[in-house]
Amino acid sequence: MKTIALIDYGSGNLHSAARALRVASNESKKTREIRITHDPAVLQYADRIVLPGVGHFADCAANLRKHDGLIEGLEEAVLRRGVPFLGICVGQQLLATNGLEDGDTPGLNWIAGTVDRIQPGNGYRVPHMGWNALTPTRPHPVLADLGEDPHVYFTHSYAYSNAAEDHVAARTIYGESLIAAVARDNIFATQFHPEKSQRVGLKILSNFVLWQP
Amino acid sequence: MTLKTRIIPCLDVKDGRTVKGVNFVDLRDAGDPVALAKAYDEQGADELCFLDITASHEDRGTLLDIVSATAEQCFMPLTVGGGVRSADNMLALLRAGADKVAINSAAVADPQVISDCAARAGRQCVVVAIDARQSGDSWEIFTHGGRKPTGIDAVEFAKTAESKGAGEILLTSMDRDGTKAGYDLPLLKAITSAVNIPVIASGGAGKADDLPPAILEGGASAVLAASIFHFGEVTLDKARAALSKAGAPVRPFP
Repeated sequence: MKTIALIDYGSGNLHSAARALRVASNESKKTREIRITHDPAVLQYADRIVLPGVGHFADCAANLRKHDGLIEGLEEAVLRRGVPFLGICVGQQLLATNGLEDGDTPGLNWIAGTVDRIQPGNGYRVPHMGWNALTPTRPHPVLADLGEDPHVYFTHSYAYSNAAEDHVAARTIYGESLIAAVARDNIFATQFHPEKSQRVGLKILSNFVLWQP
Repeated sequence: MTLKTRIIPCLDVKDGRTVKGVNFVDLRDAGDPVALAKAYDEQGADELCFLDITASHEDRGTLLDIVSATAEQCFMPLTVGGGVRSADNMLALLRAGADKVAINSAAVADPQVISDCAARAGRQCVVVAIDARQSGDSWEIFTHGGRKPTGIDAVEFAKTAESKGAGEILLTSMDRDGTKAGYDLPLLKAITSAVNIPVIASGGAGKADDLPPAILEGGASAVLAASIFHFGEVTLDKARAALSKAGAPVRPFP
């Protein structure tokens, strides 16, 4: 059976992501084993990799580096062998060059950019919390067939501030235009929480399960 | 194209069962919190809130089981509160499947608990629940399910909660709770103008038309209600229609 590796590095809302991925894979008619793991050996045979994450950028980055060989295993699978990868929330932010939450912390630098505090302006509360419209900036298989006016659930105070436009897959508006998803090659990552976004979120996850980049 | 007003049904859970009667059509067991959560999920609730009002907190395992069973079936944000004393309590609920945890008495007794929780899981997980009652020109915080006066000013405490790392405030008017007289707009205005984190309005909703003023006049980001949804007096469709008509944008559903 094919395996989705869900990376457990002490920073994720793992069980929500695992449950939603399980339902999404059943809906896509492809039964997958969801392996919650930080073992680099699993990454050698996993067909897909999901990196969740909630909380602080710096804490999550430190937790990721704590596990011997994990980052190397991820880079070998994702960057060199092209295994489809999904990052969620801070799991998306960690792909950036650096993050400015409580200091300046290096990220994985898979998709260049800086994660900075959102600046929506007067009258906008932070965190940006709740359902907002998702606007794909170009067609992408992971965002296919989401229906009319898709909405997804956000909860964050920081976001990618300056990814290259051809790495931006979707935006949302909250006082300013925010990057809601980034993508390049076999990498897709969302600032919002597909595992908490009901029907639209499950569709995104089942698209990811079927995605052949 | 903007952030939408959240509509949040709240289930009071006691000893593993929902209390306050619930009158849902086609629901075989209205006391089963998991079945109710699923019904609200199907109606397009934007979030769900469980408040554990079990008198003794000896049997926390039951709550964890409910949270876990709900999270298994509902792919929407779930806030759980009641009896959360520490970051460890919070983490147990998050592990079971809660997305956010509401802290009330413990945060009032020692606001450092808010910082501890935010440091462990991020501030977006930490909801500080404030139960307030009018006292002259201001509002006083009550704890322990609204039974214990504290002498603490609600507006000052809301600012403290924000500075300690709360991601959101769940604000309940004790004066309005259960009255169906509408939300306490002066209280909401006082709190929402004192902080820059989202505030959830709670206490007093009696009809669909009570919801928009909480957002448009009170400055709240979300409306929470229990009985009007449970008894079917206001369906989530009706709530969405009332908000939308008044000019508070809601999420399109389905």
